[in-house]
Amino acid sequence: MRITCPLCGERDRREFYYKGAALVRPAEGADLDAWHEYVNLRENPAGPLDELWYHEMGCNAWLKVTRNTATHEILDVQLASEAGLGGEK
Amino acid sequence: MRFSGWRVLREGLTGNKGWKPHWRDPEPKSEYDVVIIGGGGHGLATAYYLAKEHGITNVAVLEKGYLGGGNVGRNTTIVRANYYLPGNSEFYSHSLKLWETMEQDLNYNAMMSQRGIINLFHNDGQRDAAVRRGNSIVNQGDDAEILSRERVRELAPFLNFESNRFPIMGGLMQRRAGTARHDAVAWGYARGADMRGVDLIQNCEVTGIDVENGKVVGVQTARGPIRAKKVALAAAGRSGQVAAMAGLTLPIESHVLQAFVSEGLKPIVDHVITFAEGHLYISQSDKGGMVFGSYLDFYSSYAARGNLPMVEHTMESFVAMVPALSKARLLRSWGGIMDMTPDGSPIIDHSPIDGLYLNCGWCYGGFKATPGSGSVYAHLIATDRPHGAATKLKLDRFRSGVGLMDEEGTGAQHNLH
Repeated sequence: MRITCPLCGERDRREFYYKGAALVRPAEGADLDAWHEYVNLRENPAGPLDELWYHEMGCNAWLKVTRNTATHEILDVQLASEAGLGGEK
Repeated sequence: MRFSGWRVLREGLTGNKGWKPHWRDPEPKSEYDVVIIGGGGHGLATAYYLAKEHGITNVAVLEKGYLGGGNVGRNTTIVRANYYLPGNSEFYSHSLKLWETMEQDLNYNAMMSQRGIINLFHNDGQRDAAVRRGNSIVNQGDDAEILSRERVRELAPFLNFESNRFPIMGGLMQRRAGTARHDAVAWGYARGADMRGVDLIQNCEVTGIDVENGKVVGVQTARGPIRAKKVALAAAGRSGQVAAMAGLTLPIESHVLQAFVSEGLKPIVDHVITFAEGHLYISQSDKGGMVFGSYLDFYSSYAARGNLPMVEHTMESFVAMVPALSKARLLRSWGGIMDMTPDGSPIIDHSPIDGLYLNCGWCYGGFKATPGSGSVYAHLIATDRPHGAATKLKLDRFRSGVGLMDEEGTGAQHNLH
């Protein structure tokens, strides 16, 4: 599996750390259910999934990677900072 | 049809013409008391114990492929009860006791081999953790002993005792642990359930779960609708997708775990041995192949195959632990889909939907749990109360944070197990 970092180009999977599903973080005062959903519950699809990967041994950018979990095909990569994930809900 | 030495002898002398199929191939009925989704080890064991212990025989096990074609036929066959934390400790203890009587109980040869497991330790911290875990295991009523470096060398002289980076200081041994023929476990439970009247229905994928007024009433399948008073999930890596049919979202990510087998070699590894540098575990199959594996690939996957970085890591660990076998050739490798929970421990519990039960989150520990899981899950389904050995395998521990069972102490979050 190789991931094309928008800043560094195509790199080996070993350069990246996997965080998991790319979710929008709840607001600080959000209720328990919102945090439970964010921390624990997962859609866990067999198919395309938006994920966070960290280019640990490259440019240190957090990436939002869309990847097919059934085939390992990488469908899209963008910088997490530009993917609108920073907000609270 | 009972199996015995006498029967084998007689069949051998009469051309093996008397063997019959081990289970029927029934058409699904329109209604059952209990429908179990998933014809793997846990689903089949659950059906068996429902019939045997609770007298509930109007049961169907629905399997989308063939019986035992999932993780029960894909694992590295290790059986053990060397857990540390309350919750896991009593559950796996219960399971190991069932392993010890399973073959007689089922009249089926599962090739259960209590060859013992040795968890090596390589530094003071690991030794302290091993001693503490050993004490916990003994307190649970199971066996554990600390082996000195010299004793490990006597038992496994082929290990790398010259390593400066990972010196072998000793090991934690559980003699009652071992291996079992994984397919035979599924077949034995399938046969036992079938003999008691359970319908095992293969090529019958569940496509929907029918819920009315918060209560489950049946399932939709590739072979038509089936009504059921109770529906029990046992879908391992596919648990999330099956639960989604009932509108549930589970605290589970499915990951790929790879396993490897070498070419057949003469007997050398007498035990199950784990190498604490990484996560490597090896045993030698009865055919002579080294059966081994290590970590997850650490990304969500349903592909049932892994990537090369973890293959490389596993081979490096193997060669570092047993340099004598560095020339052994790899025969094959494969991947299984693991249903990973945030704390790395399983869930056997009611679901929020009346009559729908959950058995999932087996992480990398599903095989050794097979009889225990079937036994306590059947108890839950039959009585609506948790079995005494499974009172802590709760779904709500993730929401409340109370009673999390993080054996590795890495933190109860998804990407750490």
